[in-house]
Order: sequence, then C-alpha cells, then structure tokens
Amino acid sequence: LVYCCRQQEDYLNVEDEHLLELTAATSLAGNGNSSVSVLLAGSGPSLHQAASHAASSHPSVSQVLIVDSEKFKSPLAEPWAKLVHLVQQQGGYSHIIAASNSFGKNIMPRAAALLDVSPITDVTGISDAQTFVRPIYAGNALCTVRYTGSNPCILTIRSTSFPVPQKSNDSKAEASISQVNLSNFDEDLNKSRYIYQTSQDDEGPDLGNARVVITGGRALKNAENFKLIENLAKKLGGAVGATRAAVDAGFVPNDLQVTILLPFRYMSFGGFGFLWECNMMRDSKVIVAVNNDADAPIFQVADYGLVGDLFEVIPELLEKLPEKK
Amino acid sequence: MKIMVAIKRVIDYAVKIRVKPDKSGVVTQNVKMSMNPFCEIALEEALRMRESGLASEVVAVTMGPSQCLDTLRTGLAMGADRGIHVDSTSALHPLHVAKILMNLVQIEKPSLIILGKQAIDDDCNQTGQMVAGLLNWPQGTFASKVVLDKEKEEVTVDREVDDGIETVQLKLPAVITTDLRLNQPRYATLPNIMKAKSKPIKKFTPQELNVEIKSDLEIVEVTEPPKRKAGVMVSSVDELIDKLKNEAKVI
Repeated sequence: LVYCCRQQEDYLNVEDEHLLELTAATSLAGNGNSSVSVLLAGSGPSLHQAASHAASSHPSVSQVLIVDSEKFKSPLAEPWAKLVHLVQQQGGYSHIIAASNSFGKNIMPRAAALLDVSPITDVTGISDAQTFVRPIYAGNALCTVRYTGSNPCILTIRSTSFPVPQKSNDSKAEASISQVNLSNFDEDLNKSRYIYQTSQDDEGPDLGNARVVITGGRALKNAENFKLIENLAKKLGGAVGATRAAVDAGFVPNDLQVTILLPFRYMSFGGFGFLWECNMMRDSKVIVAVNNDADAPIFQVADYGLVGDLFEVIPELLEKLPEKK
Repeated sequence: MKIMVAIKRVIDYAVKIRVKPDKSGVVTQNVKMSMNPFCEIALEEALRMRESGLASEVVAVTMGPSQCLDTLRTGLAMGADRGIHVDSTSALHPLHVAKILMNLVQIEKPSLIILGKQAIDDDCNQTGQMVAGLLNWPQGTFASKVVLDKEKEEVTVDREVDDGIETVQLKLPAVITTDLRLNQPRYATLPNIMKAKSKPIKKFTPQELNVEIKSDLEIVEVTEPPKRKAGVMVSSVDELIDKLKNEAKVI
C-alpha cells in the first residue's frame, strides 16, 4: 500500500505525465505492493474536481483520500506534516511518496520526523521496494541506498527517468473517493501563517513542464537583453531559464533558475557551463550551447556547440528558425 | 534571545570529488574540508541579528569526529559566541542530527534555530524540517529574507519556492533554513581567528543527550554518474538549424 500526496491545484494544472510520484508509486505497486492511494487536501469545489481527476489518472490508484478544510488551502508545512502523520496512522502504508518540489521537500522530512523514520529525498531511481538511487554531491556521484527501517518508507521523487504512466482507457478503473477523518487532528494553527506568494506571470510553459528550455547566462549582461531569450523561447514554444549567475546578477527573478534535472531539450546562451549547470542538464535529451569562448566547459556536454556572439546568433536564429507548428 | 546555529564539516565546494574504486563512498583523505556553504549563510544571518541587537547570543553546534572542531573554530572566528561539539564517530543521518539538536534545545533553550537548507555532500535537505517537526516548532525553509520582530516574537520569512517567493510568518521559537541568496557570509579575520581559540566549547556525546544512533538506512554503493559524451561543434547558425532539423529532429 503506497500513498502520495499533493495539493489540489497541482492535480488540476499539470499533465499526468508530470505526476512523477504517481509513476514511482505504481512502479512500487508493481513490486508486490498492492495498491496506491492518493491524498489530496485543500478546499472548495476544485478539490472535488481534482479528486475525480486523480481517481481516473491511473489503474493502480485504488483510493483517493480527500481533506476539505481551510487549514490546507496554503502549503504550510505544519498542518500538512501532521496530516501525513495522521493518514499514515489510519492507513498503515508501506511507502509515502511526494514529488521533490518545494512543497514535498518542505513537508516530507517533517512528516518523517513525526513518524520517527529516515526519509529518502530526491530519488531518481527505484531498484526495488526498499532500494533507491539518489544523486549526492550535486549530482557528481550516485548513491544507492537501502531502507531498513519500519514502515513507512518516505520518498521524494525527482527525475525524468521514470516512464510516463500509461493512460487508462478502461473507464471501470475509477478509484473510490473518501474523506479523511480529521477528528484526531490537533494541529495548533497559530504558530505559522501564510502571507502571500509572488510569482512571475508569463504565458509560456513553466520550467518543470517545458519540452524545450532556453537558458541565458551571465553573458547577457542585463535584464533588457534577456528579452532575446524570451523571444526565442516564444518562437520555440519553450520556457525561459537562467543560470544561477544570471539570477544572482539580478537579470531575472529566482523562479527562472534552472534547478531541476532537465528532461528535454536545453539551449544555453552565454552559459559558461560551470559544474552546477552541467549537472542540471545531464539528463537532457539534446543540449545546444552557444558561447563566445571556445574553451567553455559547456561544450564538453553539449550535443551541438556553436562558438559565436550570442547577440548575433540569437537574432539570426529568430529569423531563420521555422515557426512552431 | 539566543540563536542556535548548526554547522557541518563537508568536502570543500570547490573540490572535484572522486568516487572510491570499491564504491563504498567518495575519497575524503587528503581532501580539503570546509564549512558547508549553506551553514556559513545560516551563521552569518544569526551574527547579523546579534549585531543589530535582536539577539544576545549565538551558539554554534557541530557533530561528528574531533576534526569537526576545526569547522567549529571557524564558526567561532566568524563571530559565534560559543560552541557545542557532539562527538561521534558513527555516521549520523539527518534524523540523528535532528534528535541531537532537539535534546540540545532542552538544555540551551534558544528562541531560534538557523540551519543551512542542505549540506553539499549528501544533499539531503532534511535536518531543519525534521528538528522543527520533533520540537513542534514552525519552520521557514529555503529562506531568502528573514525579518525578526522581537516585540511580537515573530519572524517573517521569504522562501524561495519553485514558482516564486512565498512569505510566511512564524511565532517564535522557530526553525529557519537558509538558501543561497539570503546573505553573503563574512570571512574570519586574523584577530578573530586568534580570539576564537579562547572561546568556550562544550562537549557532549549522543549517549549523554539520550540519542541512540541506530540507522534505518544502509549505503549499498556509491558510483559515478554516466558520462555524457561531447557532441559536435557547428560553424554557423544555418548548420545548427540543419542539424537540429535533420539529425536531432527536434525542430
């Protein structure tokens, strides 16, 4: 028995193929764990919409647990970790899985501490139900670790190495939806308050979901020049990313920093290819790099490298690239 | 108000690590060790709070074998008032570290614990959240801005999340973990390095703090990631477009 948790909005906004924790959960379910439950919490009508989406998302999902409460409208760790703890006590699951995003990374270790188990974060591979692979030293080594503790085994999942779950055509495979009994929930809610979140509104796909990521580095010199990257991203239907150097220099806000292992195609302009940047894109399918320094380390990992001035190359690309269908 | 900061000794961030041939781990012999960069940021933030009169004392805590004392001295040279060394030669996982910190909190009674969001060796990103959970304190992880209100006994934390900045307000006592952009840590000056030698360091063992080091994780092996081979260099934009269209077939 495995369960994964998510916020309700997430279930409405992302494609099934990005529900990595679900993929991981089903692969564990295939390893002798009988079924998968999904925990969804939030409030309002969209919660029920999200629940029915989750119920039909995969044949292995046998149950959707929902919590309709104002307490879970925001992603605060304190009530969420308590909730994960409560659901575990009620259900006795073997594994608890969340995506390795800022939500999962914030909540799962706290929940693990409440359950007195060691969590395994940033898992990129599952060998068997107790053995997992995760990157260490910023991806410069891979560590295979075996969980030998008592249930539950708590994981956060990162990576694109998990296969996309097969969309079920069988309409009978609908999972049951039930409410979590909150009568034993005793979270002291006055310790933390959610104030607000600022985020960049842009039309393009976000970094985590994009098929193509166009990244700019420090060589762009200023925020104005980053428009070039934005234009190219628009033309290719991709997302804009930035290296840490570009974010630190204030060209773009931090949410554009490329911090995940990119699954798809990655085009770097003026990114020098420091160790971190190279690690981020290690799993990308196709890497294109443009830099005026022929010795830039990024060329050692790029599939296609072009030595040139990005202020000349990008306009030329904009002109010559075919329109996206 | 007292602030407790946890610091970890790790392989220096500039060192290119090597995996041991027997796959048991990475080579640490004759390798430069330093304070984890995220921990430096945590300590810097605590020192700034003390310097602006918001806190009265900064206590730095480290755990591990006796070599960790070097890292602790660096923390004292940066400006921590005193140190605590929890001496342990066995491998400590985040759950152990969180339990040790929890027990130290009962002794030291700090109002705030600041930690780095993760160590750059195991990249776990767990300890802060775990100690907050064990203590039932609120947590502000991945902080890029921290504003402490001493009167109200509250701290407002801007957090770096995947899609922007999230702001939370926490009642003290609380736990904060630091992200890279929170501040620029200072260097220890020579006079301060000398001064640090006489600053007090308390020593504990995990047993004295009633923490049993029992592991529920086992390292099976550590390997090198698969290498990506270098591709081809193209000479013009036209050639690049041609390759992307006809060879990689991505446009």
